[in-house]
Amino acid sequence: MALLSKKDTNLILDPLADNNPITIQVLGICSALAITAELKASVVMALAVIFVLGLGNVVISLMRNIIPSKIRIIVQLIVVATLVIIVDQVLKAFAYELSKTLAVFVGLIITNCIIMGRFEAFALGNGPWRSFLDGIGNALGYGVILVIVGFFRELLGSGTLFGYPVFGDPIAKTGLYSTGYENNGFMIIPPAALIVVGIIIWVQRSRNPDLVEEN
Amino acid sequence: MAINTEKNTYTVLFAAIMVIVVGTILAFLASALKPAIKENERFEKQQNILYAMGVNENEGEGSVNFVPTDRVEAEFHKYIKEQLVIKGDEILNNDEAYLIDMKKQLALAKKGETPELPLFIGEKDGKKFYIIPMYGKGLWDAIWGFIALDDKMTVQGVYFDHKGETPGLGANIKQRYFMDDFSGETILNGNRYSGISVVKGNNDPLNKVKDDNEIDALAGATITGNGVSAMIKETVTLYKDYLETIRTK
Repeated sequence: MALLSKKDTNLILDPLADNNPITIQVLGICSALAITAELKASVVMALAVIFVLGLGNVVISLMRNIIPSKIRIIVQLIVVATLVIIVDQVLKAFAYELSKTLAVFVGLIITNCIIMGRFEAFALGNGPWRSFLDGIGNALGYGVILVIVGFFRELLGSGTLFGYPVFGDPIAKTGLYSTGYENNGFMIIPPAALIVVGIIIWVQRSRNPDLVEEN
Repeated sequence: MAINTEKNTYTVLFAAIMVIVVGTILAFLASALKPAIKENERFEKQQNILYAMGVNENEGEGSVNFVPTDRVEAEFHKYIKEQLVIKGDEILNNDEAYLIDMKKQLALAKKGETPELPLFIGEKDGKKFYIIPMYGKGLWDAIWGFIALDDKMTVQGVYFDHKGETPGLGANIKQRYFMDDFSGETILNGNRYSGISVVKGNNDPLNKVKDDNEIDALAGATITGNGVSAMIKETVTLYKDYLETIRTK
């Protein structure tokens, strides 16, 4: 690929697996627990974070030489909050339905520690193009885990995917439910997300022992 | 030119400029987009009111489909025959009653003052609908909606919405399978205006019993469900004098 050098490609691919923000750096757990009860919310959140982190990283990177280090965290916070509010207002004016779906995520995006983490760790020390790739990569890594968790929680907890019934009707007892199968109500409460994330971490580290931390 | 970014004066200056720049951008954006946002909110209210009385584009079971925004204004004036404002014993006609903010009116009622309560009279296929706006609180933030009644106080349809309930749990109050359950229920218990409660484990998950004032709750959304019950009860209590005049007419 001419557009992306090997190093640049790694910026996008690393966070998807060996340097995943959720399973390796254990950041962004809060929102991963809160919104993964259904797949649709996971996808919407992932897209929103890709947008905000990609753009936010570029803005911070462009400002990196003029930000006073004493107030840099506040400056980062203002940049995220401004971006999120701009997106929210523009959607409200031109895509009202979509903005209502996103409304609940606005607060969660601002407080997502992956965003602050990437600003602090990457964008403050790198150029705009590389920061952009890093932002997209990390947001994708976050999104992948969100979608996996959302998939299992919605499937096992509600028996649906994107709201579409996969196993039949649990109340009228059709499809799989006629055999006595029941939805696992535990999967739709937040602790279940922690367990699913835990299992992903376990699977990932047993496949690649290099990732196991030494004490 | 190298800037010394460590100096206090620079830090203060930077902060001040940043605040001005960001403030200007946001203020400009907010005032530029305000008319469009207001218009969207107005259409949404009309869509919600029409939805409660059964004027919508729903097909079979599944998702909520409103009257499209380009037609909603005309449909609203076609189906909503009267917009009333009930202020104590006074009943006034007001064509903009649907824009009244229920939150403010409920706050007035709580302070002991006389609120201005909007009520919409719709007519479809020769049948009259009395549509009342509702406002309450869920787990995280506000919930609101509309309830359409006939002259026997039987629910003809409802619409609920929320600001920030948990996706997949409390947010499901705006799903068809929850809202559709309300149709056919009555807000009367004998002669008392008791509303409709959202209850867990009422042994009637398919909601076949229509005269029990009960709806089966959503799993994992106890507090949102309780909020819906409280909201209906509060609204019905506020409107009961007027509703009684309709019922006994």
